[in-house]
Amino acid sequence: MSLSKADVEKIAHLARIALDQADVPKYAENLSNIFTLVEQMNRIDTTDILPMAHPLDMAARLRPDVVSESNQRDQFQQIAPQVEAGLYLVPKVIE
Amino acid sequence: MHNKTLAELSAALTQGTLSSVALTQHFLDRIQRYDSQLNSLISVTAERALNQAASADQRRQAGQAGPLTGIPLLHKDIFCTQGVKTSCGSKMLDNFIAPYSATVVEKLDAAGMVMLGKTNMDEFAMGSSSETSYYGPVRNPWDTAAVPGGSSGGSAAAVAARLAPVATGTDTGGSIRQPAALCGITGIKPTYGRVSRYGMIAFASSLDQGGPMARTAEDAALMLGAMAGFDPRDSTSIDAPVPDYSATLNDSLDGLRIGLPKEYFGEGLAPEMAALLDAAIKTLEQQGAQIKEISLPNTHLAVPAYYVVAPAECSSNLSRLDGVRYGYRCAHPKDLMDLYQRSRGEGFGAEVKRRIMIGTYALSAGYYDAYYLKAQQLRRLIADDFKAAFTEVDVIAGPTAPTAAFNLGEKVDDPVTMYLSDIYTIAVNLAGVPGLSMPVGFLGGRPVGMQLIGNHFAEARLLNVAHRYQQVTAWHSQAPAAFT
Repeated sequence: MSLSKADVEKIAHLARIALDQADVPKYAENLSNIFTLVEQMNRIDTTDILPMAHPLDMAARLRPDVVSESNQRDQFQQIAPQVEAGLYLVPKVIE
Repeated sequence: MHNKTLAELSAALTQGTLSSVALTQHFLDRIQRYDSQLNSLISVTAERALNQAASADQRRQAGQAGPLTGIPLLHKDIFCTQGVKTSCGSKMLDNFIAPYSATVVEKLDAAGMVMLGKTNMDEFAMGSSSETSYYGPVRNPWDTAAVPGGSSGGSAAAVAARLAPVATGTDTGGSIRQPAALCGITGIKPTYGRVSRYGMIAFASSLDQGGPMARTAEDAALMLGAMAGFDPRDSTSIDAPVPDYSATLNDSLDGLRIGLPKEYFGEGLAPEMAALLDAAIKTLEQQGAQIKEISLPNTHLAVPAYYVVAPAECSSNLSRLDGVRYGYRCAHPKDLMDLYQRSRGEGFGAEVKRRIMIGTYALSAGYYDAYYLKAQQLRRLIADDFKAAFTEVDVIAGPTAPTAAFNLGEKVDDPVTMYLSDIYTIAVNLAGVPGLSMPVGFLGGRPVGMQLIGNHFAEARLLNVAHRYQQVTAWHSQAPAAFT
């Protein structure tokens, strides 16, 4: 498979990653090579094979619906880039 | 002192001929003296270590010590350590002081182990050479022109260079076993779910598993016993008792059925590599093991399937790193989109960006069936190969990596070539079974590892086979000359 520069820019946007324009051709080449490797999967017919989502085929465990975590907001916000009055600050979203 | 194994150091501490403070200071001195040649550490926590060591000595005097009490170790910088930087090898988390500790860290703390520091690694554990770290590449103590393997390359290099008796690692596609092989040490990736993933920064959640990296199987057994066990905070943790891995180390190998997959010994394997593996297998045969050729017919599909499953899960896991709540934030974001895009664009390195983008594409609208679903179907075929094999044999043996350590810079610009370094280890993660690597010789002065694979929960058997092998061979006790 061969990805164009535009494909890479679209994927980068979906992934919320800013790429330097100068690096885009290299990403296009590398990603194309990786998808060529991945497409070896298509040599095998997998009709009727049950997908394996989990290595042990286990069921999700349930627990009683009780509070198990205490409020540690102050501690967690100590490592935040920008907070005010217990809120995480980001650039203004609504004009 | 540093050439002693964990088991030997534990005995010396018990006899009272050695204190944990003295032992800890000795390894801290070695780190200071030698690590500039290796770059195996991101953080050294000397003060914390000496405090822990003093507590361990007091605990011993109070008669409350276990076999691990007072033994120094290093944690891979993927395990959260409360109050200590946990970077995962990334600029994104260069300022991340973990607000809590991983279960593995808590358990080893509770056993009285002493953390010397945090080891360098491929960024977010994505790599096979420890060259993608924001903190620069790790070097192999056997030859500093060579890579130590990855992603747990800092842990492997440090243990091989005797900067610590043991270290923790994590393995998503070979990241404990391949660096163990390339640095000449012993490492085991346990069964998926055996060791808690809580506080272990997630790369690919259906594949990630933590485990010990040590010089001997005996040491790995001691450490795995303390790391393993049910954890209600990890939704995929297995609620099953942890066996005493040390108790069965000396079990006889009489009648043990070892399978050699013909796909692992085919044309991709260099003859000199095959010769070392043959010699190791003969040694096991002399101890009573029966050798049988088997087939894992879908082996060739493991790398393609893995490079859908792992990037897909990584793209989801790493979406939490958005520059809002913790981690790197770009300067002067002009709006929210700019904040997300530049924080991630500047905070992640090239390999992490590649994998996030592969995963994003594979999971994007219209492509799910062609990539993710297809890969999950192949994963079933690969797991079924192992299931069938383990009806015929008890343990599977083969190479850990296709070659001994390659040189720094040799593969780092060619992702596909790098990915093929893990051709023998990846299927094990997809199937969720345990795998161990142990040293079986050298090629051109660089160590070579043999991989032992077992059925789910067969860690004790793998450690037993490796221990019996190490009782009659000396590859595991070789030390790199520059670090003796």
